Amino acid sequence: MVAKQTAAAEKTEKLTLAQAVNRGLAQEMERDPSVIVMGEDVGADGGVFRVTEGLLEKFGPNRVMDTPLAESAIVGAAVGLAVAGFRPVCEIQFTGFVYPALNQLFAHVARYRNRSRGKYPLPIVVRMPYGGGIHPPEHHSESYEALFAHTPGLKVVIPSTPADAKGLIASAIRDEDPVIFMEPKRIYRAFREEVSVEPYALPIGEAKIVCEGRDVTIVAYGAMIKVAMEAQEMLERQGVSAEVIDLRTINPLDINAVLRSAEKIGRVVVVHEAPRNVGVGAEIAALVQERAMLSLLAPVERVCGFDAVFPFPRLEEHYLPTKERVMEAVQKTLGF
Amino acid sequence: MPVTIIHEARTERLEILDKDGKADEALLPKLSSEEMTGLYKLMARMRRFDEKALALQRQGRMGTWGSIRGQEACQAGLAVNLLKEDWLAPSFREHGVMISRGIPMRQVYAIWRGDERGHHFPEGVNCLPVSIPVASQLLHAAGLGLGLKLRGENRAVAVGFAGDGASSEGDFHEALNFGGVFKSRTLFFIQNNQWAISVPFHKQTAAKTIAQRAHGYGIPGMQVDGNDVLAVYVAAKKALEHVRSGDGPYLLECLTYRMENHTTADDATRYRLADELAYWKERDPIDRMRAFLVSSKLWDDGKERALLEEVSAEVEAEVKAFEAQPPAPTTDIVDFMYKERPWYLEEQRAVLAKESR
Ligand SMILES: Cc1ncc(C[n+]2csc(CCOP(=O)(O)OP(=O)(O)O)c2C)c(N)n1
Ligand SMILES: [Mg+2]
Repeated sequence: MVAKQTAAAEKTEKLTLAQAVNRGLAQEMERDPSVIVMGEDVGADGGVFRVTEGLLEKFGPNRVMDTPLAESAIVGAAVGLAVAGFRPVCEIQFTGFVYPALNQLFAHVARYRNRSRGKYPLPIVVRMPYGGGIHPPEHHSESYEALFAHTPGLKVVIPSTPADAKGLIASAIRDEDPVIFMEPKRIYRAFREEVSVEPYALPIGEAKIVCEGRDVTIVAYGAMIKVAMEAQEMLERQGVSAEVIDLRTINPLDINAVLRSAEKIGRVVVVHEAPRNVGVGAEIAALVQERAMLSLLAPVERVCGFDAVFPFPRLEEHYLPTKERVMEAVQKTLGF
Repeated sequence: MPVTIIHEARTERLEILDKDGKADEALLPKLSSEEMTGLYKLMARMRRFDEKALALQRQGRMGTWGSIRGQEACQAGLAVNLLKEDWLAPSFREHGVMISRGIPMRQVYAIWRGDERGHHFPEGVNCLPVSIPVASQLLHAAGLGLGLKLRGENRAVAVGFAGDGASSEGDFHEALNFGGVFKSRTLFFIQNNQWAISVPFHKQTAAKTIAQRAHGYGIPGMQVDGNDVLAVYVAAKKALEHVRSGDGPYLLECLTYRMENHTTADDATRYRLADELAYWKERDPIDRMRAFLVSSKLWDDGKERALLEEVSAEVEAEVKAFEAQPPAPTTDIVDFMYKERPWYLEEQRAVLAKESR
């Protein structure tokens, strides 16, 4: 009897990352009637990646709104809706189409709590699939997390697993401040994982040690966790033990998690698919040298996208960081 | 296949007072004497408030100020039609309507003196903070108007403000389009003062008016003489009735004129002719309404003197209160960024705290 109850409480379902975000959205909409979903094709179509599938049927057109095709309007109207007491979850169809909304995001969403001296905090989530690897036309592969993390007033969250995705979208929605929630579309359906059917939320601002190690720390997030783990396995076979940290939140960074690992090991490699210049890797390298200088055995290495326009699909596999490039960077820190 | 007419459009303009304050009796709104003089008093209050800011700026006691001189009729004619539960999404030239909605003058002065505490409006005053990127706030008004609709409100509306220059922005288009699609409870209130800094209205658009663009969004709109407070009163009432009824947004264009420099940082003699100013000076909204009131035996020199004394005293008291405010703590720079300060702002706050005055 007791055992059965426990089993029921731990009921799980096998979900992709896209489905897990969907469950998280549904869970929060169920929990809080002020949560609304808005964006292009989020209604009957369920979103071009099906992340909002079924929400229209369940919650109706007043809570799942297909908007006109206008990104500035989606985010700008969300400001007004948030002031009116709603918690809008906006979908930007692809990160490469967020530009028209940047004025609203940078000039208003990020600043409203501050400008109103705390009177109008904006509990807005802006979801957007990001990153390369799906062979699309131009403008469908961008990674702009650094742009958002550089903007005071925004939080930036990037899950890499279904279970994290469900818990983090819940926290993003419950957060009193605006959260940019970037979904690694390359792994939307790459694998499934057992995810609790119960509602739950995971804290924003906490990194996760995916795998403990002794010789080098690999810091990554989003779709690059998969690449980092492939490198970790190969390295393991070569007798090199890598610790892999999934940042999960880009702003605020869980710098303590990175520093603890850097102090323990002394070698750090950061991996992201966004361009290197003035990127997340640069910030991590700066913080590590500033706060763990004496523990370092080698300079912090960065494995990033190139400082070039994201290429058309025929060349994209050369743009994205690979396990080989990660291993090379690891060897560099070992050989320093 | 025949050619058929699929759309025909007509755009109305309303004027009630002529330039000398003579009214078109048939169009006069049915207002009591108090309401008539109330509109006048409100405009006078706005002007005194605005003149004082310009004077303070010249003395180095005010930051950059965008004057509302010449636009008082637009703001007063609208303000008296608003309900307490209505929302404002102001741009940077809405001081008049703001102070007539329960925002203390000292707070508006504070904002433009560079003190962000001015933006923490009193409880119960439904006004968003001033938005400087032109037209962007129209989307907030569209969203708010949708939010009010979704909440089932049947009185409250949101008013989004913008100028003629702002009407060229993409956000202007997106807001009217979005509002139209969702039938949001939004009044788009455009003060066409015919200049966007140095660029005249005819260089913003090939269209003759802003009001006529309403047709393109499937919403009603009209133009009103923005220097005629009675006409604005009537037009705003009609526009608000439409929005309150739940039939969707309304676009109201007030054709007016910016009598001052764009802001105190601008010199309009570089780009516009004195003749034009003289033409519009003859159409001053306050002078026109005064002429009307005097000829209607509702106003005289004694009342005028008493009013000016009253509004000057109020403005002086507000300036005193505003200048008596001690500066904000230096830590205010980081304290309103997030509900909870992240670790790095905690560190940076310590730096600011050391510099606290
Ligand atoms: C998006 C944006 N671009 C440029 C500016 C700089 N700017 C401030 S006011 C202004 C002119 C605005 O003209 P209009 O909309 O007619 O309003 P008015 O100043 O006449 O009230 C400009 C260009 C701005 N505030 N926002
Ligand atoms: Mg103008």
